[in-house]
Amino acid sequence: METSSLDLLESNFQSKIDRDIKIEPKDWMPDDYRQTLIRQISQHAHSEVVGMLPEGNWITRAPNLRRKAVLLAKVQDEAGHGLYLYSATETLGADREELIDDLHEGRAKYSSIFNYPTLSWADMGAIGWLVDGAAIMNQVPLCRCSYGPYARAMVRVCKEESFHQRQGYEIMMSLANGSPEQKAMAQDALNRFWWPALMMFGPNDATSKHTAQSMKWKIKRNTNDELRQQFVDVTVPQAELIGLTIPDENLIWDEKSNHYITSPINWDEFWQVVNGNGPCNKERIEARKKAKENGKWVRDAAMAHAIKRNAINLLTA
Amino acid sequence: MSEQEWPLWEVFIRSKQGLNHKHVGSLRAPDAQLAVDNARDVYTRRSEGISIWVVASNNVFASDASEADAFYDPSNSKVYRHPTFYDVPDGISHM
Repeated sequence: METSSLDLLESNFQSKIDRDIKIEPKDWMPDDYRQTLIRQISQHAHSEVVGMLPEGNWITRAPNLRRKAVLLAKVQDEAGHGLYLYSATETLGADREELIDDLHEGRAKYSSIFNYPTLSWADMGAIGWLVDGAAIMNQVPLCRCSYGPYARAMVRVCKEESFHQRQGYEIMMSLANGSPEQKAMAQDALNRFWWPALMMFGPNDATSKHTAQSMKWKIKRNTNDELRQQFVDVTVPQAELIGLTIPDENLIWDEKSNHYITSPINWDEFWQVVNGNGPCNKERIEARKKAKENGKWVRDAAMAHAIKRNAINLLTA
Repeated sequence: MSEQEWPLWEVFIRSKQGLNHKHVGSLRAPDAQLAVDNARDVYTRRSEGISIWVVASNNVFASDASEADAFYDPSNSKVYRHPTFYDVPDGISHM
């Protein structure tokens, strides 16, 4: 294509974005926009699917039937969210099987939070409250993302997730109001998940390589640090209300800016976990691969059955 | 046996009697019945619908997005299709 016509396509595209006109699958889009979306949406899909594992760990050991039914429903939602997101990548021409292979072969990333183990029942509370809380903070602005199918998937996801955070906080509240041992369990879960939850928003703005372009394309609406700050500001009072302590001695309320200020985040830990060296990275990927391999005969049988039945239908038509 | 990927289906849901089926997304399934079953599990867990259509995605033939301007343009030049095009005297009601 001639440079001038490419320039024209690109400026028309950016002008649509600037006027808040959504981009739909068959519209022309720059290749980088497409690739950025495929990367981001598939990472998001992988996170939903891998995110089922730490919670799946506690389904059979939930303390009562109500908690078990709730946890099952939440994990089922996450499977659905993975599906909405993989479908959104397919509208961009991505191949779902290839994306899943990228995850299994270690070429694709997913949210680093799911590489931490879930050691006690209180972790189900901490995950719902903090991890889903942080995810919602990230996802609400994505409902206004410039790419139509991603934005629509996010609307569904956000609607469904509104119960996830509440059920987590309810677990924390029950434990915090329980015996001293139960309260200690809740505090321990908060201690372990607080910093990884803050890391979920990604690197500081100064070091985030994709932020500027993604903001220009309105794929992202807020920077990592803005969203992280919002999360801290709403979460600290929630901890105080149920008598739990944020594990940060230097945490202070800054009257001038009207924000809480935290200690610096340990980015070495973040990069270690992102690059595969977290406590559970290997285990998570192994579990995903095993699930895919063990389900293969079911997928093959269903497909063979459909093909055979279609053949009969054609014969008798 | 080499794995054959399940085909893609577009899902349409009627949220209640009296409304059209509306596109909500897509999913993969080996056949139409399982596509409907999966769509029920994925898209109607919170009373979002009472009826589901699935259509194999490769059967959807769509208008060309790059020609949308020309394709849909004539309607804008035919303003006489809209009631506001016509002058009626003041005081006329029920029209």
